[in-house]
Amino acid sequence: MKILVCISNVPDTTSKINFTADNKSFDKNGVQFVINPWDEYALTRAIELKEAKGGSVTVLNVGEADAEPNIRKALAIGADDAIRVNAHPTDAFFVAQQIAAIAQEEKYDIILMGKESIDFNGFQVHNMVGELLGIPSVTPAFKLDLVDDTTARLEREIEGGKEVVEVKLPFVASAQQPMSEPRIPNMRGIMTARTKPLKVVEPVSTAAKTEYVNFSKPEKKGGVKMIDPENAGELISLLRNEAKVL
Amino acid sequence: MSVLVFVEGLNGEIKKSSLEAAFYGSQVAQTLGTTATAVAIGDVHQDALARLGEQGISKVLYDSDERLKQFVADAYVKVIAAAAQKENAKVLVFSNSNIGAAVGSKLAVRLQGSLATNVTTLPKTENGAFTVTRSVFSGKAFADVALTSEVKIIAVKKNALEIGAAAGNAAAVESFSAALSDADFAAAPKETVMQDSEGGVLLPEAEIVVSGGRGLKGPENWHLVEDLAKALGAATACSKPVSDLDWRPHHEHVGQTGITISPNLYIAIGISGAIQHLAGVNSSKVIVVINKDPEAPFFKAADYGIVGDAFEVVPKLIEAAKALDK
Repeated sequence: MKILVCISNVPDTTSKINFTADNKSFDKNGVQFVINPWDEYALTRAIELKEAKGGSVTVLNVGEADAEPNIRKALAIGADDAIRVNAHPTDAFFVAQQIAAIAQEEKYDIILMGKESIDFNGFQVHNMVGELLGIPSVTPAFKLDLVDDTTARLEREIEGGKEVVEVKLPFVASAQQPMSEPRIPNMRGIMTARTKPLKVVEPVSTAAKTEYVNFSKPEKKGGVKMIDPENAGELISLLRNEAKVL
Repeated sequence: MSVLVFVEGLNGEIKKSSLEAAFYGSQVAQTLGTTATAVAIGDVHQDALARLGEQGISKVLYDSDERLKQFVADAYVKVIAAAAQKENAKVLVFSNSNIGAAVGSKLAVRLQGSLATNVTTLPKTENGAFTVTRSVFSGKAFADVALTSEVKIIAVKKNALEIGAAAGNAAAVESFSAALSDADFAAAPKETVMQDSEGGVLLPEAEIVVSGGRGLKGPENWHLVEDLAKALGAATACSKPVSDLDWRPHHEHVGQTGITISPNLYIAIGISGAIQHLAGVNSSKVIVVINKDPEAPFFKAADYGIVGDAFEVVPKLIEAAKALDK
């Protein structure tokens, strides 16, 4: 069983978001980067499947060299090897093309990633990869099990409920909680990760189809209006008559 | 050239988020001097389709194939792509739902189109550009994105735009079908389980959300959240620690790694307001925070706040909410 897990390098979830003076790009100053939390669900589930059924887990990141500490972290958690496509990820289509190009060559049985990244929140890449490769994509899945060597059973969230889907391998799935319990790398993992292969490849030529021209932050709120807890019911009339949301 | 909107049905009616997408599509069509057509699949009543005229849709292409009653991405993509071809659509509009974003992503590949999800504004079209604003960094920021391909695909963030006033005429509903093969149903669901929605409101679609955190002390106290939600016609939600503790199911977890929501009113009870929680709810129009800790960081993001014990405050709110004339 060959599993590919695609990870993004994203600002830590506690980060305050700032942009460069021209508002053209994200300001990385003082920001800690982590493996995208949703990708961690995918990564841990892939490792669990490998531990149960054998095979290999390859980690793939489309990004620049500063992503390597988090790629090593994925190796420390239990992935076998890693590939970094040496490129600035300009948009979802560009990233999907890079993943598809690697997958075409290596023929993975399962391609997993998070349902979206917490920075660009696109919810696009997994479906684009499925479409580019002509294989099914199941998203967003919160459960993934193998029925046998050729079929997987997934549960995915739909608005108002869930669906159970069985697909033949190969397929793409995106992960959301509680697909797995993310792991913290142990010392042995950290030591062995240093010697695991991390291959750097150049991107395939692809033009992005979108262009980010400006970033901005939401307007600050006007401040909170406090209500006496003794007269809590007053809140309801304020919500109706002042805020007009009831 | 026209604008094509994909609308989703639920129990025969059109989802509110799809009505928003339909109105958005008709506004784009007006800007571009063309008309907006909708494509609908599966379980939607004919009269609900005709009422799309109120959102400015002039025609609805309806594929009633029984196999499409459940969502199957590849089959849906085929139908929508065929409708786009028939209408010569250069702008496709979806709701930013799990279904809309999934189908939109696949169509972006198939039609060589530019895709923007989580879109919060109508496009700006000056000087030949086509730029939309989308929510990024889990609602902590916005990005203006230029869509540079000939075909533009937009998934509209739920509750980001008001639905417009009724335009009047009923939309003309036409039967439509695309040639579907068994291969298109390779990833068809084996089983669909809907949540118990008796009297309940779906969280992703809700205009009012009442949410609870660890301050409620245990799942046995959740009736406070549920009773207030019921009195307000709201959906219920929870913070991440609450779903991690299995007090509530994961699909109710709102926040950066849960569901991102943007209702008109978000009421947080016993939630201190970690930055990750805030990221998932801060595009709510009005935020109410109830917490006994006056230093809870959530008060900084709130519009209305009550410092008090949830067990004393919430019953008063329920009583006042029940007294509202609906």
